[in-house]
Amino acid sequence: MSERRVLRDRRRMPLGWDQPADLEKDAATVPDPAEVEVPDELRASIQAAMGRYPDPHSATLPALAAAQKVHGWCSPEAISQVAAVMRLTPADLSSVATFYDMLRTEPVGRRYVYVCTSVACHVKDAKSVYDAIAAEALEQDLQDCDVREFECLGACEMAPMASVDGRYVGPLDKSDAGELVSAVKESRQVLPGRGLEDSDYRLPWQDGGSAPDPPEPPSPPDPDAA
Amino acid sequence: MTETKLLTENIHEPGLNTIAVYERRGGYRSARKALFDMSQDEVLEELKASGLRGRGGAGFAMGMKAGFIPKGTMDKYLCCNADESEPGTFKDRLLMQKNPHLLIEGIIIGAIAADANKAFIFIRGEYELQAKILAAAVIEALEKGYVGKGIFGSDTNLDLVVHRGQGAYICGEEMALLDGLEGKRGNPRLKPPFPASQGLYQGPTLINNVETLCNTPFIIEKGAEWFASMGIDKSTGTKMVSVSGNVQRPGNYEVELGIKARDIVFGLAGGPAEGRTVKCWFPGGSSAPVLLDEHLDLPYTFEAMKEAGSMLGSGAIIVVDDTLPIVPLALRLAEFYRHESCGKCVPCREGTNWTVKMLERMDEGEGTPMDLDILAGVQQNIIGNCLCVLGDSMAMPIGAMIKHFREEFVQHMEAARDKRNLTQEAYGAGELAAAAEAGPV
Repeated sequence: MSERRVLRDRRRMPLGWDQPADLEKDAATVPDPAEVEVPDELRASIQAAMGRYPDPHSATLPALAAAQKVHGWCSPEAISQVAAVMRLTPADLSSVATFYDMLRTEPVGRRYVYVCTSVACHVKDAKSVYDAIAAEALEQDLQDCDVREFECLGACEMAPMASVDGRYVGPLDKSDAGELVSAVKESRQVLPGRGLEDSDYRLPWQDGGSAPDPPEPPSPPDPDAA
Repeated sequence: MTETKLLTENIHEPGLNTIAVYERRGGYRSARKALFDMSQDEVLEELKASGLRGRGGAGFAMGMKAGFIPKGTMDKYLCCNADESEPGTFKDRLLMQKNPHLLIEGIIIGAIAADANKAFIFIRGEYELQAKILAAAVIEALEKGYVGKGIFGSDTNLDLVVHRGQGAYICGEEMALLDGLEGKRGNPRLKPPFPASQGLYQGPTLINNVETLCNTPFIIEKGAEWFASMGIDKSTGTKMVSVSGNVQRPGNYEVELGIKARDIVFGLAGGPAEGRTVKCWFPGGSSAPVLLDEHLDLPYTFEAMKEAGSMLGSGAIIVVDDTLPIVPLALRLAEFYRHESCGKCVPCREGTNWTVKMLERMDEGEGTPMDLDILAGVQQNIIGNCLCVLGDSMAMPIGAMIKHFREEFVQHMEAARDKRNLTQEAYGAGELAAAAEAGPV
């Protein structure tokens, strides 16, 4: 068994999977609303979410996402705040938080860079792009940011691509790693003109070219592009 | 061969995501027609007659599915499945980003057909931009009175909520989607009861993909006959095809069903780069068993793909060219399903994990020829033994890869073993110590 595989398996194991439960402790019950302080804004947004559904329990995902925005991750404190507003047990919420990839159960950072390395991106050698970005993040000492491989992000035509706080950028090349990481670090827009949301976004081959490997720099703005 | 543009006709028009431009293009006419000029049964009949099949993967007839919803005064739900997470698929993203009102109109028509009064759009959490656009569009429609209380001034109500997932492929499975929407872990449920009788909050629920719903305004506007005239046999209408991988022009193409697959891969997407050939291709997302170059001459229909031993699925073609080794590809594929398995059923949870471990073993030079048969056997034990098809979605393509590329698997294993033996001679002791320290996996 290689070290590479051990590392990979360790990283993907959820936190605490091999830690025994503390049997001395009683199971946490629904927290007393009088004892848990919840920021007003968070409380309002959770209650608004609860009002949108026929069954307020449906609001767990939006509520946890809102709490994560405030706390940076689904910390025990964040979970107990949501539990107090939604009148659920912390265990109920933890079970949900550990299931979904975008809910962070460890303090890995408020911002994120998800690099897609799934099948369609794998074909385009996305792993090397991820490795370059991860190395660059170490090099530039990028703090408070979760840089990770992610499963298919649904933008295979821009492969290899990454999602930086929801901004889809691509096609990427190893040489983009430095610029990407320093833009995240300085809170600048990442790779202007190469994000899916940019009004002048064009794939390199939409103007008559073909998919380059490695990708070419973005083409000039096109007034016809929506 | 060229594209047949129906859903994507005006897709690049600036501002199409606003209600003003969409209405100028004739938007919301079909919804009004379905609401005021047609009865619920007529809408249902029209959808049935059109032969529209689900575009999310299973290809079930949409009209028939809507017809399963029981009649009565209870709350009925419509869920739009926008949790598009299948590797290779990105058609719904384009539709929601550029033309959200088409989806909303489709939801109104779907809700009329199913007599639903509450509708939800379950959009995957990674689509932040698309969720924002969709939410803005829903607010616009709400202000105009097209959704909400008394839509279009009638006495029909339709609440529409955009629900964002938080990153789970399994939530694209219809029963898991319902659990995700109810605020739980996304675990598929036992079927039956089917969602048409007991779905969301135990009420009757119609679940449809984004593209399926986007087709309905055209069927209502121009008639079932016109829609059925496109495509061939039981594969009617147009299909958005997401082409990715080793092609020169990856992207979304809308074609009539029945076009030759070669015309899509080579004609529209440009085929692999100069001097390379197609090694294999996934005809319907990563869950579809791979096909070979010779299968490119088949018509791209639900039936032909099934006959060739694969499926049309979500209509996502991933092309793999001859420069790519198959074992790492199989490994990456299996890793995806291992990561996304919800863990409810043993064959899927353990089967995906074992498949990854065996493929890693092969890739790192510890495989034996016997492993291939065991691997194929593991796949056979997953198929059909779980509540949902996630396990099958890994087992089928891996099985197909072993079937088509057995030789290469064996060669890869041998080459990896040789390489490993060489490195072990050089570093032997060090690596063994590291393995012992790491403990059992």
